[in-house]
Amino acid sequence: MLERIQRLGAFGLSFCERLGVSAVLLARVIVRRPRFVKALPLLVEQLYMVGVLSLVIIVISGLFIGMVLALQGYNILDKFGATVQLGQLVALSVVRELGPVITALLFAGRAGSALTAELGLMQATEQISSMEMMAVDPLWRIVSPRFWAGLISMPLLTVIFMITAVYGGYLVGVGWLGLDPGQFWANMQSSVDLHKDIMNGVIKSGVFGFVVTWISVYQGYYAVPTSAGIARATTKTVVYSSLAILGLDFILTSFMLGGW
Amino acid sequence: MNDDIIKINGLKFFRADKVIFDGVDLNIKRGKITAIMGPSGSGKTTLLKLIGAQLYPEQGGVLFNGINIHKLSRKELYKTRRSMGLMFQSGALFTNLSVFENVAFPLREHTELPEDMIRDLVLMQLEAVGLRGARDLMPSELSGGMARRVALARTLIKDPKLMMYDEPFTGQDPITMGVLMRLIKNANDVLKLTSIIVSHDVAETASIADYIYIIANGKIVGHGEPDAVMQDNSPWVDQFVHGLPDGAMPFHYPAKNYYEDLLNA
Amino acid sequence: MQNKRIVEIMVGFFILVAIVAMFLLAFKVSGFTDFSANHTIKISAEFDNIGDLRVRAPVKVAGVRIGEVSDIVLDRNSYRALVTMLISGDDKIPTDSSASILSESLLGSNYIAIMPGFDTTFMRNGDKLGETNSAIILENLIGQAIFKPKDEKGEKSNV
Repeated sequence: MLERIQRLGAFGLSFCERLGVSAVLLARVIVRRPRFVKALPLLVEQLYMVGVLSLVIIVISGLFIGMVLALQGYNILDKFGATVQLGQLVALSVVRELGPVITALLFAGRAGSALTAELGLMQATEQISSMEMMAVDPLWRIVSPRFWAGLISMPLLTVIFMITAVYGGYLVGVGWLGLDPGQFWANMQSSVDLHKDIMNGVIKSGVFGFVVTWISVYQGYYAVPTSAGIARATTKTVVYSSLAILGLDFILTSFMLGGW
Repeated sequence: MNDDIIKINGLKFFRADKVIFDGVDLNIKRGKITAIMGPSGSGKTTLLKLIGAQLYPEQGGVLFNGINIHKLSRKELYKTRRSMGLMFQSGALFTNLSVFENVAFPLREHTELPEDMIRDLVLMQLEAVGLRGARDLMPSELSGGMARRVALARTLIKDPKLMMYDEPFTGQDPITMGVLMRLIKNANDVLKLTSIIVSHDVAETASIADYIYIIANGKIVGHGEPDAVMQDNSPWVDQFVHGLPDGAMPFHYPAKNYYEDLLNA
Repeated sequence: MQNKRIVEIMVGFFILVAIVAMFLLAFKVSGFTDFSANHTIKISAEFDNIGDLRVRAPVKVAGVRIGEVSDIVLDRNSYRALVTMLISGDDKIPTDSSASILSESLLGSNYIAIMPGFDTTFMRNGDKLGETNSAIILENLIGQAIFKPKDEKGEKSNV
């Protein structure tokens, strides 16, 4: 019994330690003198790696999720004779919940795991170590641009996801199921609020982007530099990010519905 | 100026519960090539990382030009590191940059030189290691020996005062080994560097080193000029330089009695 | 360096697409119209019961949207709801107009409908509409429908 309590304590301590280490890493990445002239090309490169390369998967998933949502929603709304509300249903579910959450989950799987694997491999092949010996701070040169790129890309990707999903819903609702396009848009417009719905969705995605890149960067930077260690770190990135996204989504939603 | 660029005294370092260094004292003479040799796992690479302050010792200190490198602030440390170069065993080239960009990297990070000047300097360095024609290759397209030569060029371009080589000869064919030996020797003499070579290739290292330290079990077990070390007949040194399978360094990993172990199965 | 150019173009394209998406979301999906610009006037009206009316609900004349509800507060003296509306300054509302709270559909949300009067003077910024009709509360209607026959019977038996 005592042994189990001890194990719990040891787990708690190591958890706190890891949290502390990651917070220090984060602070060291964020709090530094900006060197825009040299940092900008690095940031652009990472925006490409993190943002542009995730674009295809985001657009395709957005399109299909919007389409399937319209199809399912139509069948349910049809029972109440309220199919004119389809636009509202699709837009609200995408803008408030599905947009930020699914984009973040895809982002964790596509960009987060790549980030972790890349940093872990750099650690394993002593690239980070050799950079330190060249008197170049790897946090500045390697970690920081990746972190900011993730933070910037997430809301952009989310916005793109949202609009593709809405048009996916439009495609099915109007093009296939034969709803009136005017009603589709008008009902959507009368119920979706720019600040309450869209902005909150974008804020959520910003928070998710922050957490996912933080986890990926931490897991990669402190990965055990062996192939098994990197594999484990990549898995952890995806698992922890997904859990964090879903948990945070609940907390943020309850705050937002509670009107802050 | 002191004659010793590096002074290490009473260095103790543990990893987990294992003792890596248990009171190491050694001095590196300015302008000479000093070799640090020892069996695998004796912590030679760790020693280089301690000198570069990537690791911090439990006890004792490393004085670089009379300054304790482990007491420096982060900023001062980075400044001091600019006068040090460390060539890693694998070369540790940046895999996402071409050979040219790898060599140009320290210049781009530390200086504001115009592009054509960077180009000239990089090409000069690549010419010195004989790889000017390979400038557009990616690190994955290089052989191990070429990667080390590029790494050498990259380390030398920022004009260090102290060069450290981590296992530069390991796993290389005789030709590449000869090339690397010549390059290291030339770099030291022409550029007036101080070099530290960590290695366990006895013959090659001894032929270019001015002074040799032999480490085993976390201690210095022998040191001297190459000829003296080769003649040394203290058990550790004798076993190491002549490659005897059993001796002061036991063939068996510590274990309990063989028969007892078998019978207890 | 050709490669670098492509990367930069792609990133620029990415950011551009995101901005376009944001505009589409704002105007196409949320139907965002800026009633808070200086081209609007603020008028108010008091209601006995506002039902489900929310801030940002539309204000319509003859079914055409001309503004939105900007604020709802309770008047602590009269216990009536004071609703403030922002409406476009181009639309002139006669001073004897009346405001009612209606539903968009049986289960839809509430909005304010303004029935224009015949006066030749128009509402100015800060004016208050005198005549109002409260929201029709579905429960009250159902209650009336259920209890009316009973009451009639009761009256009959009394008589």
